[in-house]
Amino acid sequence: MIHFVLLISRQGKVRLTKWYSPYTQKERSKVIRELSGMILTRGPKLCNFVEWRGFKVVYKRYASLYFCMCINQEDNELEVLEIIHHYVEILDRYFGSVCELDLIFNFHKAYYILDEVLIAGELQESSKKTVARLVAAQDSLVEAAKEEAASISNIIAQATK
Amino acid sequence: MLALKQLHDQESKNDKKRRLHSSCAGHFIKSHNSNLEQLKTIGRELAMGSQGGFGQSKEFLDLVKSIGEARSKSEEDRIVLREIETLKRRINEPDIPKRKMKEYIIRLVYIEMLGHDASFGYIHAVKMTHDDSVLLKRTGYLAVTLFLNEDHDLIILIVNTIQKDLRSDNYLVVCAALNACCKLINEETIPAVLQQVVELLGHQKEAVRKKAVMALHSFHHKSPSSVNHLISNFRKKLADNDPGVMGATLFPLYDLITIDVNPHKDLVASFVNILKQVAERRLPKTYDYHQTPAPFIQIKLLKILALLGSGDKKSSEQMYTVIGDIMRKSDTASNIGNAILYECICCISSIQPSPKLLETAADAIANFLKSDSHNLKYMGIDALGRLIRISPDIAEQHQLAVIDCLEDPDDTLKRKTFELLYKMTKSSNVEVIVDRMIDYMISINDNHYKTETASRCVELAEQFAPSNHWFIQTMNKVFQHAGDLVNPKVAHNLMRLIAEGFGEDDDTADSQLRLSAVESYLKIVDEPKLPSAFLQVICWVLGEYGTADGKYSASYISGKLCDVAEAHSTDDIVKGYAVTALMKVYCFERAAGRKTSLLPECQSLLEELSASHSSDLQQRAYEFRAILDLDTNAIENIMPLDASCEDIEIDKNLSFLDDYVQKSIEQGAEPYIPESERSGTLNISKIRNHNSYEHSTHSLRFEAYEVPKPVVPTNIPTTVTYPTDLVPVTVSEPSYQPSVQPTWPLVPVSDAGSGSVSGSSELKLRLDGVQKKWGKPTYSSGASSSASNFESNRTMVNGAPQPDTVISKPHAPRQSHVEVSEEKQKLAASLFGGTTSRSERKQSGGATGHSKVSRITNPGEDKVRPATVTAVVQPPPPDLLDLGEPVADTSGYSSTVDPFKQLEGLLDLSQDVNAASASASAAATTGATASNDPDLLSLYSGIDTVGNQNLTSMNGSVNPTKRTTSLTKGPNLKDALDKDALVRQMGVNPTSQNPNLFSDLLG
Repeated sequence: MIHFVLLISRQGKVRLTKWYSPYTQKERSKVIRELSGMILTRGPKLCNFVEWRGFKVVYKRYASLYFCMCINQEDNELEVLEIIHHYVEILDRYFGSVCELDLIFNFHKAYYILDEVLIAGELQESSKKTVARLVAAQDSLVEAAKEEAASISNIIAQATK
Repeated sequence: MLALKQLHDQESKNDKKRRLHSSCAGHFIKSHNSNLEQLKTIGRELAMGSQGGFGQSKEFLDLVKSIGEARSKSEEDRIVLREIETLKRRINEPDIPKRKMKEYIIRLVYIEMLGHDASFGYIHAVKMTHDDSVLLKRTGYLAVTLFLNEDHDLIILIVNTIQKDLRSDNYLVVCAALNACCKLINEETIPAVLQQVVELLGHQKEAVRKKAVMALHSFHHKSPSSVNHLISNFRKKLADNDPGVMGATLFPLYDLITIDVNPHKDLVASFVNILKQVAERRLPKTYDYHQTPAPFIQIKLLKILALLGSGDKKSSEQMYTVIGDIMRKSDTASNIGNAILYECICCISSIQPSPKLLETAADAIANFLKSDSHNLKYMGIDALGRLIRISPDIAEQHQLAVIDCLEDPDDTLKRKTFELLYKMTKSSNVEVIVDRMIDYMISINDNHYKTETASRCVELAEQFAPSNHWFIQTMNKVFQHAGDLVNPKVAHNLMRLIAEGFGEDDDTADSQLRLSAVESYLKIVDEPKLPSAFLQVICWVLGEYGTADGKYSASYISGKLCDVAEAHSTDDIVKGYAVTALMKVYCFERAAGRKTSLLPECQSLLEELSASHSSDLQQRAYEFRAILDLDTNAIENIMPLDASCEDIEIDKNLSFLDDYVQKSIEQGAEPYIPESERSGTLNISKIRNHNSYEHSTHSLRFEAYEVPKPVVPTNIPTTVTYPTDLVPVTVSEPSYQPSVQPTWPLVPVSDAGSGSVSGSSELKLRLDGVQKKWGKPTYSSGASSSASNFESNRTMVNGAPQPDTVISKPHAPRQSHVEVSEEKQKLAASLFGGTTSRSERKQSGGATGHSKVSRITNPGEDKVRPATVTAVVQPPPPDLLDLGEPVADTSGYSSTVDPFKQLEGLLDLSQDVNAASASASAAATTGATASNDPDLLSLYSGIDTVGNQNLTSMNGSVNPTKRTTSLTKGPNLKDALDKDALVRQMGVNPTSQNPNLFSDLLG
C-alpha cells in the first residue's frame, strides 16, 4: 500500500502531497523535512529506494522534481517505480510535455489526475487511456458546469436571496 | 523508454507551453545573466502570460509565484502567513461568488500542502461538497479528502452528502463521492454507505464499478469485519468485462486471502487462468505498459498466488507452468519486466518449491546481482534473502556480488545486504558477520537503524557466540558505540554472564573469562565518551573482579576507578558505581589480609563526594569512610568476596520485628495503620483521632517533646539509607542518628535475617524511579525489577549503587509510615503481578546455555580482539560526508540559481538537441544553455548534471573513508583473494560451478 505521495523540487519545495494514511499536520511537516533531507542528497546512481522508519520510500527524479512514494516493507519497489512513471506519463499526456511549472500552477489538476490513478493507496487503473478519458470527461463537465454556473445558477442564486 | 520517446515525438507538436512562453523566450536567454531584477520582471510577465493558461486569478498566481521565488523557508512561511490572514478575512465575508469561493478553497489546499494549518477554512470546503454544481462539488470533495483524516469531527457533515451523491445520475458525481468514501468514511460511518457502495458494484459505468470495489477495499482496511460477507460479490467482479474492474477486484481479494487462505483455494485455477490470459496478451492493448501486458495486474496476481500456494502442494503445482512462462517471457531490459521477475521469485520462494523454478529464479537473481543498476542489485539481494530459506546453497554462487554490495557506498544497498547476512548467520560465520555489522553500526548516524543493528548484533551474538571471550568482546563493542541505544537488559545480561560464568563446575574457565573481561575493560576504560551504561558495567566488573586474579594490583584498579569517577564527573550514577567499586576493591584487599591504604586520589574523591549534592553519592562516601575504620572480620562479613550471585533470604512479613512492635505499642506508640485504610477512610480516621488531636492542639504543652521514637520499625528503611552494598548490614537500633556514625553496630547477614529485611524494603524504595536498571547482577529492568528482586531473593551484597537514596534522618514518624506503606503497596502489586524475574533468569540462563554449547575457546583470540576493539573507534562515518556535500550544494543552488529553474521541462524529451530551434522555447523555459541540455537528454537515463557533480564529489569523499580492510573493486589479485577468504569465512565456498566468479564481478 502507498502511504503517501510527495512531489518535492530539487530545492526542497513541496509541489504536491497526498496522504493515504492518517498523519497529522505536524507529522506531515516532519515527514517532508526528513525525507527531503534524505532523498535530495542522494547521488544519481544509487538505488531509488530508501528505508525509512520501517517503511520504504521509492523516489524518482524527473528534471528537478522528485516523485516519492512511501510503501510497506513487503511491497515491490520496482513496481512502485513504474507506478510513479505511469503517473508522470499520464500527466505528460494531459498537460502535453508536462513541466514542473504546470504542476505548480495546476496542482489541483494534478490531484484530480492522481485520484484517477491511485485510490486508497493502491493503483486503481493501469490503462493510461482510461484515465485520460475519465479526466477528460470530468473536464468537459467542468467546462459545462462553469458556463452554467456563470449564467443560470448565478441568476437563481441571486433571485433566491 | 522507447515508447515514451515516440510519444514525445508525437506530442511535442502540440505545445501549449510554447504558446505560453514564446513571448518570454527572449527574456529567458537574458535571464542567464542572472540579473535578479530582470528575473523578477520576467517572472511577472510570465505570470501574466500564464494567467489565461492556468485559469486562476492574478492574485493566486502571484502567491504561487512569490512562494516559488522565496529564498528561504522563513520567507515562504511569511508569505503563507500573510496569505492565511487574507483568506481568513475574505472567506468569512458574506455573499462570496461561488467561483471566488472555489478559488479560496484551492488556495487553502495550497496552504495546507505547504505544511500550514488551514483548518479555519475546512468548514467552507465541507459546505462546498453540498453544492449542486458538479464543478464546485468536485473541488469541495478534493479539498475535504486532502484536509480531513477519517477521524475528523466534520466528517459527520459529509456523510449525508456522500450518501446523496452515491445515488446521483451523473456517474462523475458518483465517482467523486466514491473517491471521498475511500478517504473519509471511518469504521463508524461504513454502515451508512456500505449498502449503496455494494449496489454500485453493478453500475453500468466501469469507472464506478472499479471505484466501488476500491472503496470496499478501503473499508476492509478500516474494519475487516465490515466487508467479510461480500466475498461472493468480489468473486463475481473477478469476471467483470472490464479489465480495470477485474484488476481492482484483486485488491480486496488479496486482503481477504491474507486473512484466511482456505476459503479461497478454489480460486487458484481462476487466478492461474487470468494470469495466463494476461501474459498471453488477451487484454486490450491499452493495458500494455511499455510493451508488457498489464504488468500491474500480473504482479498483483503473483502476490495472490504466492499466498495461495504457500505450503500447498496441490495448488502450487497448478501454478508452475504459468510462472515459468511469465519468467521466460519477461523483458529483462525494462524495469517493469524486472518488477515482474522479482515478483515471480517472491512467489516461487513462497509456494511449494519446484526445483525447476528454483533454478530459473536463481538465474534471475544472478542477473539482478550482475546488473549495474543499484536498483536491480537491491532487488537481487532481497530476492536472495527470500530464496535462501529454501535453498541455502544459492548464496554460494553470489558471494562475491554480495560482498560487493556490502562495500557499496549506497547506504540502502548496504542495509539490505546486512539484512541478508543477518538471515544467513550461523555459528560458523557469526564472527565475521557480527564484526561487519558492528563496523557498519559505528558508521551510521540514523538512530532508528543504529538501534536495530545493535540489537541484531546482540541477538546474533547471544544466539551463536562461538566463545565467551568473543561474546564479551562483541558486547563491549556494541556498548561502546551504541550503549545508549541498546536495551538496558543487555548490559544486565552481560554483567550476569561475567558474574555467573558459563559452567557450573568449571571455575578456571570462569575466572579466565572474568580476567579477560577485566583486561578488556581496563583497555577501554580510558576512552573518551563511553556511554553511561557501559561505564556502569565496567565499574561493576572492575570492582567485583578487578583484583580477583591478583594480576592487577588494588592500587592500579583503584586508580582506574578514580579516573572514571573524575572523567565522568557529571554522571552521578557512574560515580556511584565507581565509589562502590572502590569500596569493594578495598574490602577485598583487607579481607585478603593485605595491608592497604587508600590512594591519595581516592581520598580526595571521597572528600569531594562527602560534600556532594547527590545524597546518594554522599552516603556512599560516608559508608566507605565508615568501612575504613572497621576490622577485617567485619569487612569480610560486609563484603564477602565474589558473592554477587549468592542468594539471601528475605522475610517479607517482617515477622522478626513483631516483638519490637509489640514492645513499642506497649510503650504507647500508635499502632501502624496501613496506608490503604488511611487514605480510604480519611474522614473516619479524622473523627477517630479527633480526641487525641484535640488534646494536643487545644491546650498548650508544657512538657518537653519526647525523644522521637520510631513508631513502627518498618520505617527504618526510609530513614536509614544504607547503600545497597551495605544492605546485609543492619542497624540494631532504628536510628535517627546520622548515618555518618562510624560506630554502627554491623550485623552480617548470616546471623540476622533482619538485615536482609531492612535491606529489602530499602531496595524496593530505591529502585523505584531509579534509572539504573541492572545494578544487581540478576535483576531485570524497570519498576517490575524491584518486585522481581524479591522473587529471586538475590543478595544485595555486591549490589549496585542506588542514586536516589535520601539521607532523611529527621523524618516525622507518621510520614515515614506513609512512605513505607506506599512502597509496600507497589511491592505487593508487583509481587502479585507475576514472577517475571525467575522465568527471565531461566530464559537468559538458557541464552547463556546456548553459548555454552558452542563454546570453543580460542586462546589466541583474546589477544587479537582487544586490538580490534580500540581500532573500531574510527570516527568519520562516510554518510556524514555524503550528506554534507549535497546539502551545501543545495543551499548554494537555491541562492544563486534563478527561480525559474522550476520551469525545467519535466518530460521535455526533445531528445534531438539539434532540433533546438524547434524546441527553442522549451529550452528557454528551462533557462537552458549548453550546460542544461544534458538535463533534457538524460531525463530517463536518470543522470543529470547536478547529480553528476554530486557523484564526483561524493566518490571523492567516500573513498578515503573506506575502511582499510574494505575490499575495493578492481582486478587486484590480492583484493580478490582477500575477498575470497572473507567469503569462505562467512561459510560460503566458491565452487567449480562458476569459475568466472572473479572476472564477472570485478570486471
